[in-house]
Amino acid sequence: MKSGSRLERVLRSGRFAVTAELNPPDTADPQAVYDRALVLASVCDAINATDASGANVHMSSVGMCALLTRAGYEPVMQVSCRDRNRIAIQGDLLGAAAMGVRNLLCLTGDGVQAGDQPESKPVFDLDSISLLRTARVLRDEGRFLSGRQLEAAPKFFLGAAANPFAPPLEFRPLRLAKKVEAGADFIQTQFCFDMKLMRRYMEAVRELGLHERVFILAGVGPLRSAKTAEWLRSRVPGVVIPDEVIHRLRRVPLEKQREEGKRLCIEIIQELQEIDGVSGVHVMAYRQEELVAEIIEESGLLPRRRSGRMPQALETEDASN
Amino acid sequence: MSRIQEWPTLLELAYEATRRALKPLRRWLKPGGRVEDLFVAGERLVKGPIFDCRMCGQCVLHETGMTCPMTCPKEMRNGPCGGVRPDGMCEVLPEMPCVWVQAWERSERMPVYGRAILEILPPVDRRLKDSSAWINEINGVGDGTPIGWRA
Repeated sequence: MKSGSRLERVLRSGRFAVTAELNPPDTADPQAVYDRALVLASVCDAINATDASGANVHMSSVGMCALLTRAGYEPVMQVSCRDRNRIAIQGDLLGAAAMGVRNLLCLTGDGVQAGDQPESKPVFDLDSISLLRTARVLRDEGRFLSGRQLEAAPKFFLGAAANPFAPPLEFRPLRLAKKVEAGADFIQTQFCFDMKLMRRYMEAVRELGLHERVFILAGVGPLRSAKTAEWLRSRVPGVVIPDEVIHRLRRVPLEKQREEGKRLCIEIIQELQEIDGVSGVHVMAYRQEELVAEIIEESGLLPRRRSGRMPQALETEDASN
Repeated sequence: MSRIQEWPTLLELAYEATRRALKPLRRWLKPGGRVEDLFVAGERLVKGPIFDCRMCGQCVLHETGMTCPMTCPKEMRNGPCGGVRPDGMCEVLPEMPCVWVQAWERSERMPVYGRAILEILPPVDRRLKDSSAWINEINGVGDGTPIGWRA
């Protein structure tokens, strides 16, 4: 165990892990975070706090993690390179570890052009791989990039993203190898709708032996309707949805498409469990958080633990000393 | 971007030849001198039109399929982001082919440095911007590696 992370413990025990994305609110009221976390916590092992995903400003991931750790939840703090340089990021990582954050997801981040304030300055001082290695240097070498020593090193379970579905497809498994080399302990993938591509990707991953060096959580999510699916694949770069999926949703009447999208998501989760090297799922249910519990339950992945809350905050304070 | 980029094999040989030619001259080629101004002008003139060079001062072209990673809107030096469109175009600038799709395809045609695309590159040293990448490289300052980064 590198980190004292609950997610790491679940994965190392060999259980199929579940993480879910918490959509950050646009409010200064902490209750909004607690309300959403409560829905997710009883059905997943860790909650991802996104970092202005899609380059849209929301409550910061570091802020959400402060609230989540304070309440005893287990967050995965997403860190993007878009808005902060290496000085700010390293400082945030230390602060996060001090608050009890044990899981990081190191991302490059979406371009500012994708978001609601495209006139802002893109930073990209680091990229996802140099960020991963920076976090590993903090953890394993106990020093900053400058070489300056830390008094106490942070303990992190290091995560990275992967997109098995975007070109150049043959390079994707090799890029995963780079991320593992840079320090990734776990991976959360982009939405997985194309099982054929996913199987081909995992085959290449196994050939490289990467499934034995990194835990892979496949990204999944319910499609609300055929229209949402169309919107997702045309407007959100990196999301690949095969035509068959859209046809399947279109075949049912509009009022039943949501149910069909949920059923499809459950089927995908069950298929993923059969793939050698897939260690869990990461559920991204944008504006449909209430569905996450049903999806996890109907996929046969419950119970995850006795209660939604845990005395993690107290535990982690001990662990950092 | 120029058509010459479609001959990565030729470009990597040109890189290798230049490196070998300059190496013995390193005593005279020091950062900060007037010679550097000449090099900067020359690099701008040659690498500008060929690679759309951004003069980061720490050229890694031979490690990225002779395709400049600084032309990526996210300046990614270690591979493509997850947003590449199904047609191979850039997530951020849809009218531009993804730099890394090109880099990967070209590196496969590079017998000498093609495998270098699998290496992890350190973050960019922003102080080297607009300096001569050649002079930096033959003097060993071009790798811009932070002290804490080194294993």
